[in-house]
Amino acid sequence: MPAALAAVFLVVPLVALVVDTPWSDLWTLLGTREVRDALRISALTSAATVGICVLVGTPLAWLLARVDFPGRSVLRALVVVPLVLPPVVAGVALASALGRNGLVGGTLRDLTGLTIPFTMTAVVIAHAFVAMPFFVLAVEGAFRSTGAGYDAVAATLGAGRWTTFRRVTLPLALPGLLAGCALAWARSLGEFGATITFAGNFPGTTQTMPSLIYTELQGDVEVARTLSLILLLVSVLVLGAMRERWLRVP
Amino acid sequence: MRRRAAFALVLVVLAGGMTSCGDDAASTDAGAELTVLAAASLTETFTELATAFEEANPGVDVRLAFDSSATLAGQAVQGAPADVLATADTSTMQAAVDGDAVPDGPTTFATNVMTLVVPAGNPAGITSFADLDRPGVDYVVCVATAPCGKVGASLLAANEIGSDPASLETDVKAVLAKVAADEADAGLVYVTDATAAGDDVESIEIPQADSQVLQYPIGILEQVREPALAQGFVALVLSDRGRAILADAGFGTP
Repeated sequence: MPAALAAVFLVVPLVALVVDTPWSDLWTLLGTREVRDALRISALTSAATVGICVLVGTPLAWLLARVDFPGRSVLRALVVVPLVLPPVVAGVALASALGRNGLVGGTLRDLTGLTIPFTMTAVVIAHAFVAMPFFVLAVEGAFRSTGAGYDAVAATLGAGRWTTFRRVTLPLALPGLLAGCALAWARSLGEFGATITFAGNFPGTTQTMPSLIYTELQGDVEVARTLSLILLLVSVLVLGAMRERWLRVP
Repeated sequence: MRRRAAFALVLVVLAGGMTSCGDDAASTDAGAELTVLAAASLTETFTELATAFEEANPGVDVRLAFDSSATLAGQAVQGAPADVLATADTSTMQAAVDGDAVPDGPTTFATNVMTLVVPAGNPAGITSFADLDRPGVDYVVCVATAPCGKVGASLLAANEIGSDPASLETDVKAVLAKVAADEADAGLVYVTDATAAGDDVESIEIPQADSQVLQYPIGILEQVREPALAQGFVALVLSDRGRAILADAGFGTP
């Protein structure tokens, strides 16, 4: 009974969205420049976010799972903080650090004249900040559950540290790694609060799909609804494809 | 057993939430509450007017919600639990009227014009509105759906500013905040926002700003729960005292 309640609660809003959306506007909207810009920016930034997570998040997850060093639990706790942080707060924190008068951003501006806010880089930074914890937790879990035993065997067989990581550790953790990618990607695609607070909102540079939906909500609710449906379809399609190929539940 | 207890807990919480909503809607007795939805540019003046109203009506609590006029008009049409709506232009109010949210129609109570603001000390060295076109100048405006964005866009066009803004903020206070924090070199806000920000920003006049005067309408909502209080509040806004508070903040008289 509670299970049914939860299922209904999760499904009804999505059904309402699908039923309530003027489907006929879908193609016209997809043809407009604003929507295509927002889709492109969402696609680019979410892909870049996953890339950054894989490149720097994987080593961090490995460190947390496999290396015993002082302060490990403190580091793990710190890494998880953005997970529970309200996104708007994340945006404010990023602006304090990387805004053009921020702790780091101010120095950067003095040295190079570069500023981060209002650029696509800012969008990716905001997304990576909120998505990274999801990725690191998923991958750390995978590294943990595969165990260090296989690594030790590989090492006794003469494999170096890098070879062991590449040929043994990574393949074993692959399902967890892909799940982490899917989580990070979904989080990035839906990210709104940190983005609009830190990166701003301009079509063609920083306006992602959620920002465009929020903007349209103040103008034309029907358009906002149709755009929401597009985003829903994209998410379901991509997650469906990933599930088919990699995340098959036994 | 534990599962059943958890389920019971959920039900209790849900039921509690529902009854408290019901209480809200029926609160006519002691400690009456008046909810006013007002455009972001009215933040300072309506806060002052609410205090004045509470002083004149002991026991009454005025709750204020500030946001973009378009957002508030949309919420009013959706039946948001509020008594009074005040927007920063006539077209957002018209949207509320068209949605049958303002049965008795609105009354104009103030006017406002736009100005260019730069951070204190003017770090980018902007001396005129035309400087927005200079390369490397990051300026911010409101989204086109908000009144400040609509007027801002037409003032930019009238002055033949070709460069794009760095960001479209959802309401005028967000634009002001970006400039006051020196995250942007300049921003288009109302003269009243520049007054409210005091020393945090410096103002630069926009040529032809007077050709785009915004009319601020106020109206009582269809879902009003405290009709007498709502009328009293609107009367205060339109009174000499209300006019004086608005004039002090830089608003014009309609």
